Amino acid sequence: MFYYKQKESNTNVSKTASSRSDIALDNTFLPPTTGSVIGVALNNKQLAASLEVAFNEKPHVQPPKTPVLHIKTDNTHIGYGHSIKVPSDKGAVFAGPSLGIVIGKTATRVSADNALDHIQGFTLVNEVSLAETSFYRPAVKAKCRDTFCPIGPWTIDKSLIETPNQLAIKTLINGSVVHETNTDQLIYPVEEIVSYISSFMTLEEGDIIIAGTPERTPELEIKPGDSVTIEIEEIGSLTNPVEQE
Amino acid sequence: MKSARILFNNDTLNVTVNDQDQVVTSEGKILEESTFTWLPPCDGKMFVLAINYADHAAELSFKAPDEPLVFLKNKNSLIGHDQLTFRPDNVDYMHYECELVVVIGKEAKNVSQEDAMDYVGGYTIGNDYAIRDYLENYYRPNLRVKSRDTCTPIGPYLVDAKDVKDPHNLMLRTYINGELKQEGNTKDLVFNIPHLIAYLSDIMTLTPGDMIFTGTPEGLADVKPGDVVVTEVEGVGVLKNTIISETDYLNTLNQ
Repeated sequence: MFYYKQKESNTNVSKTASSRSDIALDNTFLPPTTGSVIGVALNNKQLAASLEVAFNEKPHVQPPKTPVLHIKTDNTHIGYGHSIKVPSDKGAVFAGPSLGIVIGKTATRVSADNALDHIQGFTLVNEVSLAETSFYRPAVKAKCRDTFCPIGPWTIDKSLIETPNQLAIKTLINGSVVHETNTDQLIYPVEEIVSYISSFMTLEEGDIIIAGTPERTPELEIKPGDSVTIEIEEIGSLTNPVEQE
Repeated sequence: MKSARILFNNDTLNVTVNDQDQVVTSEGKILEESTFTWLPPCDGKMFVLAINYADHAAELSFKAPDEPLVFLKNKNSLIGHDQLTFRPDNVDYMHYECELVVVIGKEAKNVSQEDAMDYVGGYTIGNDYAIRDYLENYYRPNLRVKSRDTCTPIGPYLVDAKDVKDPHNLMLRTYINGELKQEGNTKDLVFNIPHLIAYLSDIMTLTPGDMIFTGTPEGLADVKPGDVVVTEVEGVGVLKNTIISETDYLNTLNQ
């Protein structure tokens, strides 16, 4: 089953479809849910390896002991087809391809073994960000600008995904593949992420977790006029135009 | 005018609070305090200022920052007035932080400091608990320290902006079991309210209900299960909270 939301004459309508071929994508799509969006930063093996020296220097001093979390505020959330607006004077802006974990029922202190029971399914997230020169302080300025978190186009039911921890992720800019990664690069896999967050934060139905983004290499830079697509095997693809703020 | 949200007979009600601090329903009926549960009076993004009082910065051995140091909390952490907050077992230091909370009243983007106060809808009190044992040097203060279930009491009610004559001259006080532990004044904010609204609205669009926790002065202390923690802001109200153990908290989850 596919779950999605569309704007129809100023009302938000929740819909379902049994096949993705029954869904006509256009720019009336909204993010598939309206909950909180929590990101897991530095949750990528290649990225962590590239930061090994920085992790052991000031101000970080030692590598993170637990998953590093951040919040994508509601002003950042946009649906399929809506424009990512990039500022002209804040330096480079990067796409952030990630699997989105959609919570299906309230999760407080769930074990990794039971985590899937609390997951409705999966979506795609483009966790857009300015460059980060340090991970010491919360990245509000880098990550919480309006339109910096396209989500969608739908949530695919978990029953249709064999394993969320082995899915190829591609990023395309203007139709060309510029970056490839895989959810097997996550340091903390899906079940452990849900278990960890729920150990102190109750997750509600409709909340979305951004499982992990790769290193923001120059290939992931997006500019006004571009069209950026995140594609995840078995789940679908999320396309958004980029324009000047 | 003072407005609040309560849970009454399993319904969420928007109510007002009169000059005797009694809750009045939209039909004008006064409710006895024991018959309802206080809920957080607002719903929106939660911005919190770290080290925004010079004396508190010194207390934490930090230099006051050059620009506002803002972190975010998630709504899972919010609870209303006169509720229970749990202290995890086996931690050394859990402290309160009494804060004036500015609540946004209308959509704000790229607002100047000169116009910023027009966007304030009202004020309330926040207690921004932290568990220092969990601090790490990544996105510090990290969510495990700050965005924990039950760890952000807020309320009891929202006071209309027009009823707070000078939000930059309000005493803040925290009492543990009746003993004064923390005292400060919003005149000592490093970044004042117009500065914070202009700063945040330059980054993003603020919407009605968004909360800016403006920071806490010096005077932190550890809290233990059984402690009654009262945070108050002059002219905005008195927010009460009781600390329970993790074991007692887990029992409430299983009820």
